[in-house]
Amino acid sequence: MKITIRVNGVGYTRDVEPRLLLSDFLRHEIGLTGTHVGCEHGVCGACTILWDGEPARSCLAFAVQAEGHEISTVEGLAPGPGKLNPLQQAFQDAHGLQCGYCTPGMLMTLTAFLAENPHPDEAQIREALSGNLCRCTGYQHIVDAVLRVAAA
Amino acid sequence: MKPGPFEWQAPDSLEAALALKARHGEAARFLAGGQSLVPAMNFRVAQPAVLVDLNRVAALDFCQFDADGTLRIGAMARYRRIERDAAVAARVPILVEALAEVAHPQIRTRGTLGGNLSHADPASEMPAVMLALDARFRLRRAGGERVVAAADFFLGPLATVLAEDEMLAEVIIPPLPSGSGTAFLEVARRRGDYAMMGVAAVLRRGPDGRCAEARIALCSAGPTPMAAPRASEALIGRGLNAESFAEAAALAVTEIAPMGSVQASPTYQRHLAGVLVGRALSLAAERAA
Repeated sequence: MKITIRVNGVGYTRDVEPRLLLSDFLRHEIGLTGTHVGCEHGVCGACTILWDGEPARSCLAFAVQAEGHEISTVEGLAPGPGKLNPLQQAFQDAHGLQCGYCTPGMLMTLTAFLAENPHPDEAQIREALSGNLCRCTGYQHIVDAVLRVAAA
Repeated sequence: MKPGPFEWQAPDSLEAALALKARHGEAARFLAGGQSLVPAMNFRVAQPAVLVDLNRVAALDFCQFDADGTLRIGAMARYRRIERDAAVAARVPILVEALAEVAHPQIRTRGTLGGNLSHADPASEMPAVMLALDARFRLRRAGGERVVAAADFFLGPLATVLAEDEMLAEVIIPPLPSGSGTAFLEVARRRGDYAMMGVAAVLRRGPDGRCAEARIALCSAGPTPMAAPRASEALIGRGLNAESFAEAAALAVTEIAPMGSVQASPTYQRHLAGVLVGRALSLAAERAA
């Protein structure tokens, strides 16, 4: 069926099966491969996107359901080509990524979290990140990155 | 790890949704928040031929208090909406306290109370909270409805009294009388995991300072959410103190049937239940003004 989904402010029209997951729509239909796919059952957090501004698992929704909603992915964070937003810059400065696989999901979760709570303490940051797994176990540097943003 | 094919129907009215379910029966599943059903479909554990998607049924998305204080929550009210509702936090604080333990924020963005209760996972927090709150559920079918007590709704793991053509459409939570205090506590291996044991406690301190009402329910404690009626009854008329809480905790441990998992043996689960019932009662009593 033909659907139009707005991602990062741009409308994309594609003909898809209802069973196509939103994560696969983003990666395979419109080529936004920044959204990563890990477990495909909602546990790892790699595929986290913003759904009308709220963090959600793109592997637990069908693309057809996203019509009429605003989807935001990691590709929409940077202010311009070659630039990083403050959260992305803090990840780089604090060595908040190792292999980088979990990073897009971390960034999207934190984008929504910081919009609601711009100056969190460490405990709140750890709670916010509890739904995103990092197999490099680089959590301390990720928390450090968020603390930098929170202090700014 | 990809869902099998299905026919997707996304009606915008409750009547249309119920008519679709009546027509397709067992072949169809309602899709609410999808945070349990979609993983099951990704694993192909669930392969419904027809998905009746309720996400466009605005009439199921509400969370409001009646004049008498009864809380009514529509099946499609999202967890995030409920946990952010200031009136819910003030008047039924155990809901917000327990929701903080339900998976992660990303899951609560989409997850719904109606979907969770219909899924009937005995490890899930909300079914036990519903028992402790003495909630009732309005079940709708094309051309009819019935209201069942939460205590009568759950039949076993992932099994409820819902007929093939029925939907849990509304949750009805009676007002907590003044003097009530509530608490929800759980122990999980990791933040956001299903609990190894969880306890919901609702108490009411009478005018004489003694316990006038008590309801204790546990999750991850058996094939369904488990009420602990003997432990609850043992508190009535007693002082709200360490002695009566310890007796209730000892009784509650005998009323559950934990099944064990890779994370916790039934023996350990019973130990947790005893500790958590005592703590939850103590906390609820502190909060019972």
